[in-house]
Amino acid sequence: MKTVKHKILVLSGKGGVGKSTLSAHLAHGLAEDENTQVALLDIDICGPSVPKIMGLEGEQVHQSGSGWSPVYVEDNLGVMSVGFLLSSPDDAVIWRGPRKNGMIKQFLRDVDWGEVDYLIVDTPPGTSDEHLSVVQYLSAANIDGVVIVTTPQEVSLQDVRKEINFCHKVKLPLIGVVENMSSFVCPRCKKESQIFPPTTGGAEAMCQDLQIPLLGRVPLDPQIGKSCDKGQSFLTDAPDSPATLAYRSIIQRVRAFCHRHPSHEEEQRSTS
Amino acid sequence: MPALCGGPRSQTTPRLPWTCSPRPISGRGACWVPVPTAPVPPAPGNLSGVRHILLVLSGKGGVGKSTLCAQLALALRHEGKKVGVLDVDLCGPSVPRMLGAQGSAVHQCDSGWVPVYMDQEQSVALMSVGFLLEKPDEALVWRGPKKNALIQQFVSDVAWGELDFLVVDTPPGTSDEHLSVVEALRSHQPLGALLVTTPQAVAVGDVRRELTFCRKTGLRVVGVVENMSGFACPHCSECTNVFSTGGGEELARHAGVPFLGSVPLDPQLARSLEEGGDFMRDFPGSPAYPALAAIARKILDAAQAPGPG
Repeated sequence: MKTVKHKILVLSGKGGVGKSTLSAHLAHGLAEDENTQVALLDIDICGPSVPKIMGLEGEQVHQSGSGWSPVYVEDNLGVMSVGFLLSSPDDAVIWRGPRKNGMIKQFLRDVDWGEVDYLIVDTPPGTSDEHLSVVQYLSAANIDGVVIVTTPQEVSLQDVRKEINFCHKVKLPLIGVVENMSSFVCPRCKKESQIFPPTTGGAEAMCQDLQIPLLGRVPLDPQIGKSCDKGQSFLTDAPDSPATLAYRSIIQRVRAFCHRHPSHEEEQRSTS
Repeated sequence: MPALCGGPRSQTTPRLPWTCSPRPISGRGACWVPVPTAPVPPAPGNLSGVRHILLVLSGKGGVGKSTLCAQLALALRHEGKKVGVLDVDLCGPSVPRMLGAQGSAVHQCDSGWVPVYMDQEQSVALMSVGFLLEKPDEALVWRGPKKNALIQQFVSDVAWGELDFLVVDTPPGTSDEHLSVVEALRSHQPLGALLVTTPQAVAVGDVRRELTFCRKTGLRVVGVVENMSGFACPHCSECTNVFSTGGGEELARHAGVPFLGSVPLDPQLARSLEEGGDFMRDFPGSPAYPALAAIARKILDAAQAPGPG
């Protein structure tokens, strides 16, 4: 982890809100600058979605003298996931907590990431073994911040508030909240619908209440699901979509946050 | 072992009369696990009055497991059945809100914990960690062993009484909660598992692993339900496949299990869940209703058919 400048966790108390989608597109967006080295680590041991979303299904991990090699999408974008260790798409990882923790430790310790500007960690939903472990194992290396993902409805927000409380408990800085699936524009009549109604004010109300930045609201675009299924970057598949513009703005805010808050390693280098 | 996993003074310890005490786990030092303060004699089979147990699983999060559990409970209730819902999603317990029972308290009786009843007739009984938390926003930051202990208690210590169906809501994945609940329920011969997916390949990819879990643990798969199957624009009725199409049916075919139906996206259903309303009673004309009612009928048929479980 000494060679990793900025570490960002993507969390949500709730499943299916778009953590992996956001993690993948954060990685793609940051890696568009060829001089920026980006790493994407998927610690969702039971439901590793990242290989599919990044178009890397079926890839295998290689070992070298310096550790496990990540699988590279581009020269400057490397990925690691338990998905690469499974020989078949039907293989299930039916592990209890301690074994999952062991794998996460190996991912953080034994993967040879090289010099990396941004490490993005995609997580499963919840506040359990995986989350405790990644915070514990990265505690010495300082996590820059957390991006919390939600959808507008209270059923999601009630779980997300728990996640925010978890972050406060373990002293993780919050970069902000992304509200996904905010609204849907009919491709035929162009009228807007709210498929997941924000009955309690959505992420905006929650963020105001908890004094946390709302990084952006991403509308539902059917192309997002299609791009993820094909393993392609939605940002390049649909550059003019309002969802792409929303993602790009979020990526910019995350980048700005990291630069406003120099990493632990950068501070050490500047004082030595 | 760091204090992160909670301890006796942890705010997240459920408010029922129990405390946490250290139990050595070989090779790892102590881990705090909950133990009842006053020893409760084991009740003679709190599940003995439950006729059919159905687990609702998905490898993927956010596909509608809790939604389906809630709607199945309501639909079965409207068919005159007595239903229980056991929510073993300890980190994200959605069932209390969805069935309008948020803030209810759990009481004890001679046989154990009394479930929370949705109505005076006691036709729908609920148990969830959501009822045990002091504050709804408090995170339950527990590692596996502590979660396993609570799930075992949920299975053995809730006085369900006579029920036609017990529907078990689970978190996504194939880990502690799933292993624990399957092991705890094994001797009660569950009817089987209902697998929920959404249409896109990313979801189906995870649900395939859940099918493997069912096979490896000997859990029969009653069928696959595909949720969020398309959205009909309320303005012009154009149907858009927001989350792709076809994945659920293809998955069922690939796995050789029944496909029980596709439930479309329905903002009225989403609103009902937010408000804890009875969607199955109040909105029979809404897009999601026919599919949900059909799925409930198929579950009833499966329960009546002779066979394992």
